[in-house]
Amino acid sequence: MKTHLANQGKVVDSHKRSADGAPWTLKEKLLLGMTMQQYIVQAVRNPFNWILALIFAVGLPLIAGRFFFGLNWVTHSSNDYPWGLFLGFGLFAMVPLSASGFMLGTTVEIFGRHDFRPIERLALLNGLLGYLFAVIYLLVDLGQPWRLPYPMVVSFGPAAVLFLVAWHVATYLSVQVAEVSSSFFEWIGWPAAKKFIREITVGLTVSGIILSTLHQGALGALFTYAPGKVHPLWYSASFQWLFFFVSAIPAGLCMVIAVSTIARKTMAWRCDEEFKTNLDKLTISLAKGASMGLVTYFTIKTIGIAHDNEWGYLATGWGAWYMVEMVFGVLLPIAIFAWAIRNRSASLARVGAFLTVAGIVLNRLNTALITFNWRLYQEIPHWREVIISLTIFAIYIVTYRFILYRLPILFEWKEEKVLVPETVAAAVRSNEKYQGAPEPVATYRTTD
Amino acid sequence: MSGISRRKFLTCTLVGAGATALSLKTDAFASAKLEGYPDSMGVLVDLGRCVGCRSCEAACNREQNLPAPAQSFEDQSIFDQTFHNGQKRRTDENAYTVVNRYEPEGTENPVYRKVQCNHCNEPACLTSCFVNAYTKTSEGAVIYNPNICVGCRNCMIACPFNVPAYSYSSATNPIIKKCIFCYDTRLKNGQPPACVEICPQQVMTFGHRKELIEIAHERIKTHPDRYIDHLYGEDEVGGTSWMYLAPAPFEEIGFDTTMNNEPIISNVKDFLGTVPMVLAIWPALFTGFHLLATRKHDIEHHGDDHQKHKDEEKKS
Repeated sequence: MKTHLANQGKVVDSHKRSADGAPWTLKEKLLLGMTMQQYIVQAVRNPFNWILALIFAVGLPLIAGRFFFGLNWVTHSSNDYPWGLFLGFGLFAMVPLSASGFMLGTTVEIFGRHDFRPIERLALLNGLLGYLFAVIYLLVDLGQPWRLPYPMVVSFGPAAVLFLVAWHVATYLSVQVAEVSSSFFEWIGWPAAKKFIREITVGLTVSGIILSTLHQGALGALFTYAPGKVHPLWYSASFQWLFFFVSAIPAGLCMVIAVSTIARKTMAWRCDEEFKTNLDKLTISLAKGASMGLVTYFTIKTIGIAHDNEWGYLATGWGAWYMVEMVFGVLLPIAIFAWAIRNRSASLARVGAFLTVAGIVLNRLNTALITFNWRLYQEIPHWREVIISLTIFAIYIVTYRFILYRLPILFEWKEEKVLVPETVAAAVRSNEKYQGAPEPVATYRTTD
Repeated sequence: MSGISRRKFLTCTLVGAGATALSLKTDAFASAKLEGYPDSMGVLVDLGRCVGCRSCEAACNREQNLPAPAQSFEDQSIFDQTFHNGQKRRTDENAYTVVNRYEPEGTENPVYRKVQCNHCNEPACLTSCFVNAYTKTSEGAVIYNPNICVGCRNCMIACPFNVPAYSYSSATNPIIKKCIFCYDTRLKNGQPPACVEICPQQVMTFGHRKELIEIAHERIKTHPDRYIDHLYGEDEVGGTSWMYLAPAPFEEIGFDTTMNNEPIISNVKDFLGTVPMVLAIWPALFTGFHLLATRKHDIEHHGDDHQKHKDEEKKS
């Protein structure tokens, strides 16, 4: 892409090439304003794509094999560890990292903090993709994935926590599709649809908060079914859902910092000036939120230990492992954030954010996999299971990149601000969708 | 108020309230504990009698049409097998019941323990299932409907006894595999399960759960030297249909003695209770926040007035 721009290539950031030029066709939009040949050349030139290709070459056949030969071909078929890496990482870690959507949605839309707008869409997209891929991980893990809609239509088990998770993730996924769709409508050129989404934004955001509170918590509550199996330091009958919910807040915020850092570094051409100039300031603001979340999380985790009087376990080997998680995943980030906020150092805040993300992933893996069955034995995932998990994550990255390259997430779509009298038809008809259609006699005017 | 007079409305309301009050009277003090179905059947397993012949395993295999095992049921060397750091054999898709041998300290003879589904009064598998695939029948069996199972395996996570197994080997129709108390072929018709019937040592007694509890305590009372003074399954996780008497401490023969007497679902109720509250309170709470946070500009003027008022008050 850098080479393309160096050769005077143009970036697609509005419907038309230049002020009076011809509109981009859909194909050109998809190819980022390049010809097919140019596009392929730049894709091959990128060394990261070679790594991805290698992962796919190994991983995709394994995913296909899982569906042809069954789960026992890719996992150890453990009856003691029914949930492996697909859920331990894919579902339990991806979902908290996707809490960003509802966090930033709330900040901007509910509390009216429009200064966070440059990063809001990235947070929403991060939420949508995280959930989408959590569901994809789930589909690989389920014994009969084609029955996924059963809890919605065939047979209901409303007393089960998983029933709530299923319904909430499904509805929240639709809410997030709607929230992210406004950038898609800008890109494709359908202002009426965007306007409709704009009108229902507050409703969408509030339902996002409700659904997120409950299913982030519910993922924790799932483990309250297994009181003797999860190690007491990672288990609390009363507070498990709060642990998962509260830790999802810094997780989501730090994931936005992490992703924005990567995007700023690897696709600077795609970020507009507003995003670039505001990013450091916003990173500090997000770090403030994350550190408050982490302090709260540390406090309630400590209360949890006191509540069940589990101090004795801290002196055991599991206790040491617990301290590792707490020190490197929670306390160290808190210290780094404090320093970063005080010295207004965005790059230090980024270090703290990556650490927090790793800490939350470790916490979920600890709960679901590592300390699970602590009284029995330790399960090491099958190598095929590891590669499939990695492959799905690679698909996630590719999808993420594909969307960031195209939709107005990191940049603002340059709308034509043609202010015309209300009865004049031209304004609405400027989309390429209507090119060549006869001019209407009269039409309404869309603002915005 | 069309179609219904004021008087009629009031009468109905009062009658309704009265009925509610009366019905509340009986329910108000009902405990959360579920005693199980009154006529639930059960099995009392007297582990002191078991000699480890494994004929119950063979009978189960036949009755449930399971594939022939790799090692014959007469082969006693199977008791020496251990997995993953000394784990004993467990139930899996090809064996709904297994017998394991233990050598607790201070006992002359080894103690054998039979493992199968304990058929809980309030089963964790049932309450954790999001498609309601499990049923606790009035006869006491916990049965499972493979036609709606999605394969999430939450029941395997939830089962405190690690009983349900999954047929991972099937690519097109993997299902949960576990003991169903021979419900379809025997229990439904009032017959004992195959393993109980075949046992040469009469280790297992089939009967009404309530009566089995009495028999068990009677045995402990008459032979206090032979039994540990505890009936495992009477209270564990809310009570189970299969209960055990043991000649050695339960924790030394593979039983989990750290279990609560509350059913597993009691752990989850805290969270389940918050769900409708969040659903009901959050919409107004956050829409309220939104109004409070964003209407500021409209009332800024009013705010100024307020401040002016205060300032004037201070001055005077």
